[in-house]
Amino acid sequence: MIVLGLGLLVMLMILSLAGVVVVGGIDLAGLNLGHVVFALQASLMILSALGVIVNRSPIRSALSLVVTLFLLAVMFVSLDAHLVAMLQVIVYAGAIMVLFLFVIMLLNLHEDRPAMVRPGVRGFAGFVGTLFFLGAVHFVMHPLGAAPGAATVPAGFGTIEQLAEQLFTRSLLAFEVTSILLLVAIVGAVVLAKRKLA
Amino acid sequence: MTLVPIQLYLILGAVLFTIGAVGVLVRRNVIVIFMSIELMLNAVNLVFVAFARQLQSMEGQVTVFFVMTVAAAEAAVGLAIIIAAFRNRETVNADELNFLRW
Repeated sequence: MIVLGLGLLVMLMILSLAGVVVVGGIDLAGLNLGHVVFALQASLMILSALGVIVNRSPIRSALSLVVTLFLLAVMFVSLDAHLVAMLQVIVYAGAIMVLFLFVIMLLNLHEDRPAMVRPGVRGFAGFVGTLFFLGAVHFVMHPLGAAPGAATVPAGFGTIEQLAEQLFTRSLLAFEVTSILLLVAIVGAVVLAKRKLA
Repeated sequence: MTLVPIQLYLILGAVLFTIGAVGVLVRRNVIVIFMSIELMLNAVNLVFVAFARQLQSMEGQVTVFFVMTVAAAEAAVGLAIIIAAFRNRETVNADELNFLRW
């Protein structure tokens, strides 16, 4: 099983590297560390994301998702989104996933048997997924061509300062509405999870 | 620093979103379906951040901030609903949770 996983990982890495070379139109001599890191992150992320939907045990699914979210946070750092990366670790991988694990523990869930829907429906889902993916790739590749990412960003890009400035000026209304949303969510969660309303 | 073309980020986002969508379709456990939804939200977040860097604009990152907030609210309410449903039916199987059927 582990050998299979590692083989798949290596294969995915090679495929991703090939993807970088083909899509970016980059010659192998000019392959830099950023591409190698991206390929590694991307293949690990795809593997752990597959782990979420393949694992029978919900706990393992949740831990797979934690790995995915952490790798995504690393990718945010390489995209100069430092505050978002921090929030990703603290809010997503921290708070939300702990909530998931807590509920799995509370309900004392074990392995699902069968974990998935009937094979016919599974095939249909795979078909829909493939179709969707091809459509998305077509949409991505068609209008953009192969534009390389900007080499530099303005100073302070992605810091708390810049994000807060945007948040409290142009997105102020949305920010305030979000606080109401959170309040409603708190009340709703308490009411729903309560056994009997007094 | 990074010179990875944005298409690769977009394709990775599409892959993650597709995995999430297929997860919603094939799994029977409601909690795993929820996790697949989180996966889809994160795929979209990746695309937002990639575009924010490409266009040198903070708006994409601000949107990710809001998506995270909504995801947190959604997870809290959704898991509360799952707990309430489990209390009634003793199951988290999506095929058996049909009490809204008329």
